[in-house]
Amino acid sequence: MVEITLTVNGATCAGSPEARKTLADFLRDDLNLTGTHLGCEHGACGACTVIVDGRAVRSCLMLAVQAAGSEVVTIEGLAPDGGLGILQQAMWDSHSFQCGFCTPGFVMQAVAFLSDHPDAGEQQIREALSGNICRCTGYQSIIDGVLLAAERGRERRAGERP
Amino acid sequence: MKLPHVDYEAPKAVSEAVELLAEHLDEASVLAGGQSLIPLLALRLAHPAVLIDINGIDELSGVSSADGWVAVGAMTREYVAEESEIVAGTVPLLAAALPLIGHEAIRSRGTIGGSMAHADPAAELPAVARALDAEFVVRGQSGERVVPAAEWFEGYLMTSRRPDELLVEVRFPAAGPGTGVSFQEVARRHGDFAIVGLAASLTLSEGVISDARLAFAGVSDVPVRAVDAEDLLVGEAPSAELFGEAARRATDDLDPPGDLHGSSDYRKKVAATLVRRGLRAAADNAYERQ
Repeated sequence: MVEITLTVNGATCAGSPEARKTLADFLRDDLNLTGTHLGCEHGACGACTVIVDGRAVRSCLMLAVQAAGSEVVTIEGLAPDGGLGILQQAMWDSHSFQCGFCTPGFVMQAVAFLSDHPDAGEQQIREALSGNICRCTGYQSIIDGVLLAAERGRERRAGERP
Repeated sequence: MKLPHVDYEAPKAVSEAVELLAEHLDEASVLAGGQSLIPLLALRLAHPAVLIDINGIDELSGVSSADGWVAVGAMTREYVAEESEIVAGTVPLLAAALPLIGHEAIRSRGTIGGSMAHADPAAELPAVARALDAEFVVRGQSGERVVPAAEWFEGYLMTSRRPDELLVEVRFPAAGPGTGVSFQEVARRHGDFAIVGLAASLTLSEGVISDARLAFAGVSDVPVRAVDAEDLLVGEAPSAELFGEAARRATDDLDPPGDLHGSSDYRKKVAATLVRRGLRAAADNAYERQ
């Protein structure tokens, strides 16, 4: 067991996971944040993507002890008031999910990507999401949702300008 | 799959890591970005008794340039190298290969040294290292030694790093004036391992090729330099005929592995196509950069 302290969705959390425990299992089992989904558990599917210190990472390919001192954001942290963020709403409006299993990973990857590339076009978005697997939608509706979110983000920023 | 039981050490200095390696030798695995090692553990393909996590060793991260070489610390993450102006301006072939590694989230954690030490023959960085004659700096308790790329890759996932040594730095030569580069690959999906990849670099002076470097990924158990084709190219002016002949020479002796992603024969054909494409793109790039 290793003692760790980290910030998850803005709150300080402490724990003492075994060294072999992945960040994904720590989030799900120790912190009860089960919105982070585990698909393949070896880095192929992207379902467990979370944001660590501002960058999308696969939480199944990172040990919990390695997240000590980090700021982690999971799907639960995107809209803490129970509402939906811009991206979540856009994906809802675009019917970007069917079974929903892959959705948290797509959302976290897309949030991280759009925050760095707010003006991304379709090709860039496709590349950015190429590491996430969805077995239902055929991807088109997911891409549509992220494009819509990018567009709404631009409109919002334009509206905020004096 | 959950990871097996494993002891864990997190040294804060290279000297400490080297001591731990000397103590545990083959029983230890060095954990850098973990993007290959953690899956190996999960799939029970690696069974180390102890993980030596080098993520806390600050001295192992960073990119610097001096005396015509760019030194990249082994723990430098791929996204950091991707965003580095030194890399973009000085080692354009490395800059061209980095965005092709895995996916965004993989490059958030994956490291330059980790990919080189893992030595997957289908990966991009080993091909870049072979093409550029990069140098690998390893440190053991008795000191440092520098291993040229030609002697680093020994076989599938095998390098000449000794069990008591830590890879601390990879050095790439700065591209000279008139150099153009291209990293080509064919993969089922952006970010997947290449079915075949090619690192290509051409230097032009007064319209003639003065230096040519070609290294394949995915055609053998190590990255493969196409020396015969390079010899053909040097001293000639770029042309479609020349590049076609180079493609033939580069692939004549190849005997790539076949798997469900492509037969040996298919890989060989792809390799030849990539040589033609890569040389054309590198020549175009050389003109653009002049």
